[in-house]
Amino acid sequence: MSKVIPLSEAVRQYVRDGDLVYAAGFTHLIPFAAGHEIIRQRKRDLTLARATPDLIYDQMVAGGCARKVIFSYMGNPGVGSLRIVRAEIEAGKLEWEEYSHFGMISRLQAGATGLPFMPMNPTAAGDLERVNQNYRTIKDPYSGGEVVVVPALKPDVAIVHVQRADAEGNAHIWGIIGEQKEAAFAAERVILTAEEVVDEAIIRSDPNRTLIPGFIVDAVCQVPFCAHPSYTQGYYDRDNAFYLKWDEISSNRPASLAYMDEWVYGVKDREEYWAKLGEEVHARLKISSRPSVIVDYGNY
Amino acid sequence: MADYTSPELLTINAARLLRDGDTVFVGVGLPNLACNLARRTHAPNLLMIYEAGVIGAQPARLPLSIGDPTLVSGALAVCSMYDIFAFYLQRGNVDVGFMGGAQIDRFGNVNATVIGDYLHPKVRLPGSGGSMEIAAWANRCYLLTPHSKRRFPAKLDFRTSAGYLNGRSERQAANLRGGGMLAVVTDLGIMEPDETGELVLTALHPGSTVEQARENTGWELKVAARLRTTLPPDPEELRILREDLDPQGIYLKG
Repeated sequence: MSKVIPLSEAVRQYVRDGDLVYAAGFTHLIPFAAGHEIIRQRKRDLTLARATPDLIYDQMVAGGCARKVIFSYMGNPGVGSLRIVRAEIEAGKLEWEEYSHFGMISRLQAGATGLPFMPMNPTAAGDLERVNQNYRTIKDPYSGGEVVVVPALKPDVAIVHVQRADAEGNAHIWGIIGEQKEAAFAAERVILTAEEVVDEAIIRSDPNRTLIPGFIVDAVCQVPFCAHPSYTQGYYDRDNAFYLKWDEISSNRPASLAYMDEWVYGVKDREEYWAKLGEEVHARLKISSRPSVIVDYGNY
Repeated sequence: MADYTSPELLTINAARLLRDGDTVFVGVGLPNLACNLARRTHAPNLLMIYEAGVIGAQPARLPLSIGDPTLVSGALAVCSMYDIFAFYLQRGNVDVGFMGGAQIDRFGNVNATVIGDYLHPKVRLPGSGGSMEIAAWANRCYLLTPHSKRRFPAKLDFRTSAGYLNGRSERQAANLRGGGMLAVVTDLGIMEPDETGELVLTALHPGSTVEQARENTGWELKVAARLRTTLPPDPEELRILREDLDPQGIYLKG
């Protein structure tokens, strides 16, 4: 059964006010188009969880969508500060809950595998565990030593961008695979965005590359260039210039709001956004090909 | 006047700390440059691991972020974030971790979280990322930072990652698998822990003085009995950095 629907429809149906949202992707495959659609539909009181909130959550916080953020590294990767989330936290206007990367990702691992919590070896640093009561220390029942545990993270909705998926949501991902699979399995509902919706035969030609099976997916949305200014490995480059530019835009409120007016509220969808970026940007983000050697699964 | 910049000095001295065959958990910026420099000089068999889940990266261009696609193309392996922290770091497969951070105390503990009170932050910093685990589990940790009182306060506002805690014996009692902070490279010299875990000045770069180091450290900085002077950057190291690794001077401009 085909689950292909427009992204606007998927957000309308599957993202609800007050939800815990996990828009996945460690630098790679960040579903910006879905973030922008959530802003346009004026979703409210969301708890936004991501290891690295990145520009997508900076923009969603600027759009007034969030009540709380959960993160492990709140920076603009390679640039510096994530100014809007930071300013809201410093002003006491946004709740936050924070972990180390391994703590954050262990929470998702527990959620994805149906466990109540995950153990980790102690790090002895202490202060993060002191300020976040979700970190607990328990006795290892076998050695008598100590392990640190964090509870399962179970998002109401995960949004995962992929290179290609079939109409049911069986999805191929390559490049940095971050926490896409974990987010999808941990969540109650899954919105899949794909650069390309392809025939099932293409997915079946390389089953080891399927990280997400269709039966856990609720909606499949074909959204080329969904990840910009993040990137899709093998499709287009990361727009590093924009990541640098955002540092400037987000440093003052009028500029941030003007950006949102022009690039989020001012466009209908990702197609319009991509066209508006123009040929110069398209050319700058174009990449040349470097295919892998074909894997032979054999006929049996 | 030296004919190299402060970031070049930091990067070259960091590169020299790496050994051929090391597996390094690499950060972007200067650590990435240091690793690539070491790989092109004395450590051709350096294995670079990035926390984004890339093993054996051979970046063809300077990556701005730790998740740049150039790290993936041509790498030995790519895995999930859970796997990189569990199978690689926690399991004990990482020799060297490079740390960053806003504040470092005399025992090599690092604050990357907040200036001021945690709940009412004066300056909210990005937070741990992977540093809490790297500091605990990598066999050897190094930190690169400019030398200033603000960077080396008497007391941290927040302890994001563990050096020697309140002294080497406390870290030993915590039974962490990693060896802890082995050197802090600054633009004035190098600090290394003594038998108590306290960072003492063990080397000066050519042209810097003990007085400068003391003035720019927030605690009573001890000086090692045998204070070394580091070898100045050599022309080949500078050439590789300037021509091959950071031709636009993104990280290396003074």
